[in-house]
Amino acid sequence: MKLELRGITKRFGSFAANEDVHLTVESGRVHTLLGENGAGKSTLMNVLFGLYEPTEGEILLDGRSVRFSGPGEAMRAGIGMVHQHFMLVPVFTVAENVALGDEHTRAAGILDLEATRRRIREISDQYGFHVDPDAVVEDLPVGVQQRVEIIKALVRDARILILDEPTAVLTPQETDELLEIIRQLRADGTAVVFISHKLREVKAISDDITVLRRGRVVGTADPTADAAELAALMVGRDVVLHRAKAEPRLGEETFRVEHLTVVGPTGQVLVNDVSFGIRQGEVLAVAGVQGNGQTELTEAIMGLQPKATGSVRLDGEELLGRSTRRIIRTGVGYVPEDRSTDGLVGSFSVAENMVLNRFDTAPAGTAVQLRPRAIRELAERRVAEFDVRTQGVDLPVSSLSGGNQQKVVMARELVDGLRLFIASQPTRGVDVGSIEFLHDRIIAERDAGTPVLIVSTELDEVMELADRIAVMYHGRIVDIVPGDASRDRLGLLMAGQTAGDTDQEGPRA
Amino acid sequence: MSTAVAERPAGTSTPRGESAFRRIVSGNGMVTLLAVLLSLIISAVLIVLTDEDVQESAGYLLARPADALGAAWEAVSGAYAALFRGSILNYRADTAADMVRPLTETLTVATPLIIVSLGVAIAFRAGLFNIGAQGQFIFGAMFATWFGVHLDLPLGVHLLLVMTMAVLGGVLWGGVVGMLKAWTGAHEVILTIMLNYVAVNLLAYLLNTPVLRRAGTTNPVSEFLPATAMFPKLLGDGFRLHAGFLVALLATAFAWWLMSRSTLGFRLRAVGANPDAARTAGMSVKGTYVAAMALSGGLAGLAGMAHVSGTEGSLNTSVAGSFGFDAITVALLGRSHPVGVLFAGLLFGALRAGGVTMQTETGVPIDIVLVVQSMIVLFIAAPPLVRAIFRLPAPGGARARGTADPVTQPAVAGAAVTGAAGQAVAPSAQTQDAAVSATAAAAGEQDGDPHREKGQAL
Repeated sequence: MKLELRGITKRFGSFAANEDVHLTVESGRVHTLLGENGAGKSTLMNVLFGLYEPTEGEILLDGRSVRFSGPGEAMRAGIGMVHQHFMLVPVFTVAENVALGDEHTRAAGILDLEATRRRIREISDQYGFHVDPDAVVEDLPVGVQQRVEIIKALVRDARILILDEPTAVLTPQETDELLEIIRQLRADGTAVVFISHKLREVKAISDDITVLRRGRVVGTADPTADAAELAALMVGRDVVLHRAKAEPRLGEETFRVEHLTVVGPTGQVLVNDVSFGIRQGEVLAVAGVQGNGQTELTEAIMGLQPKATGSVRLDGEELLGRSTRRIIRTGVGYVPEDRSTDGLVGSFSVAENMVLNRFDTAPAGTAVQLRPRAIRELAERRVAEFDVRTQGVDLPVSSLSGGNQQKVVMARELVDGLRLFIASQPTRGVDVGSIEFLHDRIIAERDAGTPVLIVSTELDEVMELADRIAVMYHGRIVDIVPGDASRDRLGLLMAGQTAGDTDQEGPRA
Repeated sequence: MSTAVAERPAGTSTPRGESAFRRIVSGNGMVTLLAVLLSLIISAVLIVLTDEDVQESAGYLLARPADALGAAWEAVSGAYAALFRGSILNYRADTAADMVRPLTETLTVATPLIIVSLGVAIAFRAGLFNIGAQGQFIFGAMFATWFGVHLDLPLGVHLLLVMTMAVLGGVLWGGVVGMLKAWTGAHEVILTIMLNYVAVNLLAYLLNTPVLRRAGTTNPVSEFLPATAMFPKLLGDGFRLHAGFLVALLATAFAWWLMSRSTLGFRLRAVGANPDAARTAGMSVKGTYVAAMALSGGLAGLAGMAHVSGTEGSLNTSVAGSFGFDAITVALLGRSHPVGVLFAGLLFGALRAGGVTMQTETGVPIDIVLVVQSMIVLFIAAPPLVRAIFRLPAPGGARARGTADPVTQPAVAGAAVTGAAGQAVAPSAQTQDAAVSATAAAAGEQDGDPHREKGQAL
């Protein structure tokens, strides 16, 4: 099966989301669409999947011009799509989810799931999915849920599989497993369209790479191409992927966590007797698979976890037990993991979000009253400094792209006179160009002599920023290793294995 | 279906804190206006259908259609003209005073309604659905009456004290809800509904005890308030309009300042829009809930006092009427914005004042006013309906106008697709419809230059 997009143009009003895009996808090959957030990858795939009508151009399937008026027709033609956000009913079983929309019934309308179960087992065995058809979807890990989505497509005989940013939600291990699945699908003759902006995966899996920028194809590349070369194509300028940051100029150890334990609302221990210190001018990055207590660790430091015991000292002052407000006033900048839930008030303007935690102190206001003009001026200055792309600081922050929203949070938290800076997933969902910028700001804060704590599930980011790396597993710090530790070693630690050659730097001092 | 999907881009690109509740309480201004218009039209249809002359002429509709149409026009125009004469300007009156009397009646009726609605609106903005304005209103009225009747103070001081005490009564009754919600996690809707019953029956009980009952009677009514505890009349004794209306205007100004200029208002709005982000930013969500309910109750209490000290003069079991419930409607209609609430309150005051005239002069029952009020809420609660009727664009475009940045555009469109693909199993025509709507929503963002510069002046 061969799919060809010829001269696809998709315009929304005067804005061209895709312009004259040519793309050929062939059986048994993985074709990667590489591009920053908003480069037009998803729009293109939605045109292909029948969700958008192309303004110009045509779609050819095995040389025959086709036109889909909806996903149903696209599916019948053998195109399957796994969306970034899963389309599963959480309380249904795997089989029920797979059958949904394509149900077989016996007499009197009784649902016949046996056929579906059989198909799921076949596919699961064939590709080593290890999916139980009778498991309830909400109990499954994210990686397995994604496989259910893939099964949904395969059950409907998809010969072309579109995977939209499939690794965004996966742990490194799950990512590796997914890449293995893709290899098998390819070997089996499926054409795979892989959408991503993560260069390492793209290089690992692709047969062909098409780079999109601002809706246009700016080039094709070979998977053997240099990562920096790919990044430059994608961003439109040279990107320094691994800057040699200056050696840290270490000062006093002003921040110290001792025997910190966090117990969750249902009594489970989320952070288990964690101790570490960070010196001025040093970045300590916490690595680990999502859900191993990193989030709760930062929340406990910020006074957002009610059941935290132990000690958190900044410049000798005990933070534990203080209100979040007082901790912020002590001079702690905090970028929460999920900007849309915890970092921003979506309906508030950019300016209001810029002072969300300092609205009642100078210059934003007094204890009683806000100073709207001062808030605007402050916001405009910060917006300019952090290059936040917005038409104005009075617009709701929800109208900004994810990367620009993240910049708003960073701009708010990276204020002068910080004594500690904490950032959880500082660049999640942010495009490559902005990642570079945000990393620079974090390193600048370090070089200004602030102790910095970074939590990230992206190993690349951890290795990029860290002077030392603490690896968390099941609520404990397994080990603290130097920033230049090897990827393999970190991977083992993240899986909870303490290597035989444990570092001399004792984690639990 | 298609509209719902088309709305999703805005919804999805917005942080999770935003809820349907929030969209309803802070809806679009155009939709509000059209909702009022639509309800007047529907009520006109009801008037026509129930009018006797129309029914009679409908009997020979085919023979002389002009008769039926004429009768229908008569019925509707007659009723709405009477509504206007009863609420704004009685152009048939002989004296100038009688001509403007309806307007002063509207302002009088609107006075407590505006104040209590401001309270409900403030709670809305903090994300709290205060159904208990009725009970808080009653508490304010009881406190006002007791301190009005039992104290003997000079003019001015007495009125101020009565006002303060009424506010305090409301603060207590509302604050209790805030505290229970903050500390026990109880839901404010259930708490306020139950406390309404308590307030209503406590009032009935106290009016049957010497605490509030008038001396020498067995009827459940209180003593009349002395003149020192009454609002002075603004236009002399010929009109009911009293200084409470000025208090309503002041309360509106205060509520505006509170919500858009004060730090407390900032907290209220932040907690209402996204409590998680508010907590992370160091705000006390619990404290904010208590403050919001106390403020909301305080204003309701003040409204109760404005009603007793302004027009009633004494307390009886039905003193609160339906003020506390109408307030929910008014706050919705005013989009929870103080100035909007002021105008919505005036509109409802006009409907009430004019409804009486309409009933007496044309025989159209005053209940039609209730229909108008209810239809307004219905349409405001279902903005897609209004948009569909008037073919307005979905709000996604307007909301995302700032996103002309090419970076976000497909993200928004993609979000729509996420929604549309959810119904991938639905008939394809429907999905197509969804995609087209999504496209329309996305197209709405095109006004801005995609390559605009940062920090551009507004």
